[in-house]
Amino acid sequence: MTAARTPLEGRAAIERALARALGAGAHSADASLVETDAVEARVRGAEIDFVKQSRERVLGIRAFVAGSGGLRTALTSTSDLAAETIDRMADETVSLARATAPDAAAGLPAGGFAEDAPALGLLAAGDRHVAVEARIEDARRAEAAARELDPRIANSEGSSVDSSFHRFVYGNTAGFFGEYESASHSLFCEPLAQSNGSMQRDWWMTAARRLDALEDPAAVGRRAAERALRRLGARRVPTCEVPVVFEPMIARSLLGHLAGCVNGGAVYREASFLAGRLGERIASELVTVIDDGRLPGGLGSRPFDGEGQPTRRNRIVESGLLRSWLLDTYCARKLGLESTGSAARGAGGAPAPAPSNLWLEPGKLGPEEIVRRTERGLLVTELIGMGFNPVTGDYSRGAAGLWIEDGRVAFPVEEITIAGQLGEMLSAIDLVGSDLLWVGAIAAPTLRVARMTVAGS
Amino acid sequence: MTASAGPVGFFRERFGLDDRALERALGSALERQVDAADLFFEYATQDQVALEEGIVKSGDRHVEQGVGVRVQDGERQGYAHSDEITVESLSLAAATARAISERSGSSAAVRVRDAADGRDLYPVATSPTDVAIERKVRLLEEIDAYARARDPRVKQVMASVIAQQRHVLVAASDGTRVGDTRPLVRLNVQVIAADAAGRRREIGYQGMGGRYELERLLEPEAWRPLVDDAVRVALLNLKAVPCPAGALDVVLGPGWPGILLHEAIGHGLEGDFNRKKTSAFSDRLGQRVAAPGVTVVDDGTLPGRRGSLNVDDEGTPSQRTVLIEDGVLVGYLQDKLNARLMGMRPTGNGRRESYAHLPMPRMTNTFMLAGSEDPEEIVRSVASGIYAVSFGGGQVDITSGKFVFSANEAYRIENGRIGAPLKGATLIGNGPDVLTRVSRIGSDLALDQGVGTCGKDGQSVPVGVGLPTLRVDGLTVGGTEA
Repeated sequence: MTAARTPLEGRAAIERALARALGAGAHSADASLVETDAVEARVRGAEIDFVKQSRERVLGIRAFVAGSGGLRTALTSTSDLAAETIDRMADETVSLARATAPDAAAGLPAGGFAEDAPALGLLAAGDRHVAVEARIEDARRAEAAARELDPRIANSEGSSVDSSFHRFVYGNTAGFFGEYESASHSLFCEPLAQSNGSMQRDWWMTAARRLDALEDPAAVGRRAAERALRRLGARRVPTCEVPVVFEPMIARSLLGHLAGCVNGGAVYREASFLAGRLGERIASELVTVIDDGRLPGGLGSRPFDGEGQPTRRNRIVESGLLRSWLLDTYCARKLGLESTGSAARGAGGAPAPAPSNLWLEPGKLGPEEIVRRTERGLLVTELIGMGFNPVTGDYSRGAAGLWIEDGRVAFPVEEITIAGQLGEMLSAIDLVGSDLLWVGAIAAPTLRVARMTVAGS
Repeated sequence: MTASAGPVGFFRERFGLDDRALERALGSALERQVDAADLFFEYATQDQVALEEGIVKSGDRHVEQGVGVRVQDGERQGYAHSDEITVESLSLAAATARAISERSGSSAAVRVRDAADGRDLYPVATSPTDVAIERKVRLLEEIDAYARARDPRVKQVMASVIAQQRHVLVAASDGTRVGDTRPLVRLNVQVIAADAAGRRREIGYQGMGGRYELERLLEPEAWRPLVDDAVRVALLNLKAVPCPAGALDVVLGPGWPGILLHEAIGHGLEGDFNRKKTSAFSDRLGQRVAAPGVTVVDDGTLPGRRGSLNVDDEGTPSQRTVLIEDGVLVGYLQDKLNARLMGMRPTGNGRRESYAHLPMPRMTNTFMLAGSEDPEEIVRSVASGIYAVSFGGGQVDITSGKFVFSANEAYRIENGRIGAPLKGATLIGNGPDVLTRVSRIGSDLALDQGVGTCGKDGQSVPVGVGLPTLRVDGLTVGGTEA
């Protein structure tokens, strides 16, 4: 085998890429390096299914070349960090950029780079050398707890654990350089319930920046098992229009759709049904949605965004009024606004707006109270499919859940769809739970939409 | 890059990976008693050029290299990967992967041999990533001008060309040593149209691609029909009316609606779910799962198709696997691990997204064979239902068998006649039962245009689907009109 070509580390790789791009004729440039070390494992029953260790580094280079009326842009990435490869990629970025069109909105942020380094609780010192064996033990405990709960739980898709450590390094030719480390840990349990020839699965999970902030594995296993068990004997219901209650785990997906529609990229392209509606009422007054990149310990927290802009708290929807888009520098220029510090930058990709920690402010009602106040309706516990069109807001997805009669859960349902239009659904939210659930960067409490079409038999 | 030397030569020249080096690395993975071990090397280049608002705003190029080392012991798998392809990183990865075995002693030494059969389903003279960016830029500018000239209601055109060249090399403890060079190209066109009052906006999408020369996408005869279609669908949807809700008779058009098979049948027949008995199809080999006349195959050997492979990501040659024959379940899709544990043969369906992922049983090109009925006659046979000709994504719950797929071009059928276009709606059904409701099979089998991507356990792989015009009775349609 050929001699190892020593890869460059963090800041050295960034600086080499930037200097080389400028030397090749770039007007300006930025570069990011994402390093990930991860362990992952899955246990089924008492047996290990797989154990996986990974180490990945990706350097992304973005170069701007002066053109008439704007800058030309190109982007490259490589997982080979040898100096000669970085040089070649930087040269190639500049030559690719020369082939694209000048764009008046393209370019680095004009200024306003992050100057502080807030303590966001993204990595606990003691977690750094987490042993895969300890995480496998978590998975075993979840798996055992699920199976011990009930004899009808005798099989599973397994319990998976993941511990990832990330380092994000970013620099640009405007003089900003920054880096931060973060971790994320998760446990996901997916048991099967079987009875009288019927078979159902469901899942529960926990995720956090700190290992000690994860939910107890046995509790995750029991919760997952209870969810699978309550689906046994599910049936269809006749097509009807009823109130639909979304559990927090499921209500998150509605916020995900909303996040896509307030994304600056969709807004300036007019590919969002909310385009042009800033300041207008788009949801019921019970709806307030916050995006905060500096929530302590948040899975979406980061001190600065993918362009070096400081992250901040953005009020997206306030008592039903649309207050802000999610913007990076480019989208902000297209819309004549300021960046909201929302540029996300994956491994080697272009910056683009994305939510950081996005949540819908909880109300005062417990989830049981929301069911009790629903005379007849559907409690959605799972959604499948991709039936959402952000251009029109049209919404139609496959669903499973629990049927509510006289304010009580009556029986499980499946093979049905729920349909509406996202704007009308947000406006029809008439009950908001107190049970905000964090298992990712997007969080929601229980929500009730006053009326939707349920299609069934 | 030396194309003449083939993928095996590519890795030998670039990384010094001759057979002895591969055997040494495998030997390191086999330093414990295990059932099998393999190495997967990858070097991939991907280019993307994208246009919006009338200009090409960016050109991207991504280079990804790495190696994954896997050790199997019983049902256990140990996996480690690295983006450095060096002696040190390989032996480190091998040590990590073999830790899965608790048995002492080492496995027998391995001699690898060339397992290539000389077949190449996707030869290209020029790597798609070597085509000059200027030609891709010009194509996108032509597409933009053409789309806007079609109709003044076209407000936004988004188009992109994606080109990929992926070299892979597999060396396994069963002696397999085989490489593959996989070109992949794709053209996407999205059109947003607005009505005269500017109140209503709708989107139309069309794409094409496969494992072939990028030059094919540059031909106006190839891309013009694609753009026509994207514009047509966007304008059509401006007139779409709310979709009915409830159980209806559904006619699926030929080609891309084959996503029905992918979701309803294909995933449920993947070996891993059946070995674990978590699939609604577990233990149902030999049973009737579809109406007579229904035959479904998965075929990785179709030349130039997006889902095709010379060999899978474990080095097994791809093949044509019959899944359902005249309505009876006859086969599963297997990778090496699940085939070994189930006492079956691998079917060339062991696939992974990249070196950073474990292989799993995955589909290639999945389709239903043609029947004998006239497609127009099939539409005429429906008293009240919908005719769905194009779909977005789908998803399935393997265990309950419930699957969905979402129509983005559909029409009402009344008294055998195609009526108003319908707003997008999700269709939901039960996998083990849906094909028993097939009442008519058209003579017009078509494969999709090469845009399918399948997601499983967080891994994406390119796939194909196909279907003749099909009538399915009593499928639940998730519209808003109760």
